[in-house]
Amino acid sequence: MTPVIELDKLAVRFGKRDILKDLTCSLSGRSIGLLGPNGAGKSTLINTLLGFYEPAHGNARVLGFDVRREQRQIRTAVGYMPENDALIANMSGVAFIRLMGELSGLPSEAALERAHEALFYVGLGEARYRKLGTYSLGMRQLAKLAQAIVHGPRLLILDEPTNGLDPPARQRMIRLVREMKDTHQMQIVLCSHLLRDVEESCEEVLILKDGRIVHYANLEQERRANKRFVEIEALGDEAVFADALATLGCECATGGGGRFRLVLSDNIEIRDIYRIAADHDIQLRRLNYRRDSLEDIFLRAMNGSGSEAAPETVEVSNGHL
Amino acid sequence: MAIYKRGYRAYSGPLTPTWSRFLVVSRYAWNGLFRSRLLTAFFVICFFYPVGAITTLYINHSPSVLSTFHLEGSLFEVTGKFFFIFMIVQGGLAFFLATFVGPGLVSPDLANRALPLYLCRPFSRTEYVLGKMTTQVVLLSLVTWVPGLVLYLVQSSLAGGGWMWENLWIARAMILGSLIWILVLSLLALALSAWVKWKIAAAALMLGIVFIGAGFGHAIDAILRTTKGSLLDIGNCVTAIWCSLFRVENTVSISAGEAWVSLLIISAVCLWLLSKKLRAYEVVR
Repeated sequence: MTPVIELDKLAVRFGKRDILKDLTCSLSGRSIGLLGPNGAGKSTLINTLLGFYEPAHGNARVLGFDVRREQRQIRTAVGYMPENDALIANMSGVAFIRLMGELSGLPSEAALERAHEALFYVGLGEARYRKLGTYSLGMRQLAKLAQAIVHGPRLLILDEPTNGLDPPARQRMIRLVREMKDTHQMQIVLCSHLLRDVEESCEEVLILKDGRIVHYANLEQERRANKRFVEIEALGDEAVFADALATLGCECATGGGGRFRLVLSDNIEIRDIYRIAADHDIQLRRLNYRRDSLEDIFLRAMNGSGSEAAPETVEVSNGHL
Repeated sequence: MAIYKRGYRAYSGPLTPTWSRFLVVSRYAWNGLFRSRLLTAFFVICFFYPVGAITTLYINHSPSVLSTFHLEGSLFEVTGKFFFIFMIVQGGLAFFLATFVGPGLVSPDLANRALPLYLCRPFSRTEYVLGKMTTQVVLLSLVTWVPGLVLYLVQSSLAGGGWMWENLWIARAMILGSLIWILVLSLLALALSAWVKWKIAAAALMLGIVFIGAGFGHAIDAILRTTKGSLLDIGNCVTAIWCSLFRVENTVSISAGEAWVSLLIISAVCLWLLSKKLRAYEVVR
């Protein structure tokens, strides 16, 4: 299966500023989330994949097409929903989507037909003859989604699709994204700084920070994996208990206030934790099993990627670290 | 089946040829042009002079009409100068038309930051500029060389004999002269609107460049006692070229060669400005 995105030491530079630094990975999932704090380089990466920015060195491929030499093929296969407001205010919804369809190569009549279909699909059917300038923020986001799908792309790139949406509108947007992935067999690249959006709609996650890949996670695999995450609330000497847990072989993170998060390896049982607690006169007030949420993964990636600790590149091959 | 019942589905139909996509932009721009009544009225006014010129040619060749006014022979001899004056009048109108239309073609896209949506498709910046320019070229052609050619054909039919073949150079001069002016105007309008991203400001800037540029050029001529200041006057430059094309006496202080160089430099600057400003996203370095 052709990877959706392949990066090979990709670097992008604006003037003297390095925005993306030697990114290398290969992502093949049906839905890929690009996560990172503001300024991490997510949008720059997307814009480079679309050919808007020239790589300083290295290369990238989208659906097997080279971003330097095969931009037209990439743009034929891709639908793009930008982060910013990008709609022409004095055009009606249907005229604008039709224009975008025609620019993608659809004949005029087919573009008109599909503009209507796309607008009905995203829920703007009743507002399709209204000027885009009169649309609310939520409607404009949906109109941007409609223009991205009007030509039936294989890959849909969404840059912050839920920006500024209220909770019901956000839910509707996420539902549409999932539906396009599951029902319409589109591949999705979703770029966001909102963890819930990515968690609810993506299978793979690439986390960027300061222009570098700091973490890759296959959420599907992680959800299926039999890792044993345990949360403990304890009363007693935290440092001693943490040392004892580490000695036992647990990956342990302290959250303050007597809270611990553990990953139990296969040879450790819960009774071992009770034993250690008893040995060190620690009261266990609460213990529950817990899967790693995307928030945990994200925070770990952010914390573990200080400037000294950050790896130059994180190698991700065929969806595996 | 009604469209609202269909739902979304992948597209598997035929695609239009890649080379023809720029015409989509032209067509949409063209459809939007005549929504303005002011523009429509001005466009109609642009045909007053050609109609008057055709009427004049008819009278010039009509002994019955001339005899009504007790005139014999003809009113005047139709030479390159007649068509040169036609070009001066229509060229001036074309300038105002371009000032009215040109800035409105690109600036709304830039002001609404819509370029990423154009350029994320199999559609290049060159095609975008070509599409927008095509609208202007067609519109300005309709008020310059097209009526000029009609005028030429009317004169040919009225004069009879070998007038048409003897004066084929006039038709060539009209088409070439008009296209030079149209291209310069189109590039200038697009570049200025790409630069300022505001229709009104771009139109004002265009008027400023032509009129203030002319004034500035003449001031340089007067202060430095030179003739090279006129190279800043776009109107003078195109007049110098038209004079050589229509074989009339050069009434401006620069040669046709100098005018060509000046217009080429202006066009190159416009193209550079377009290449810098017409991007999906501006890069802040």
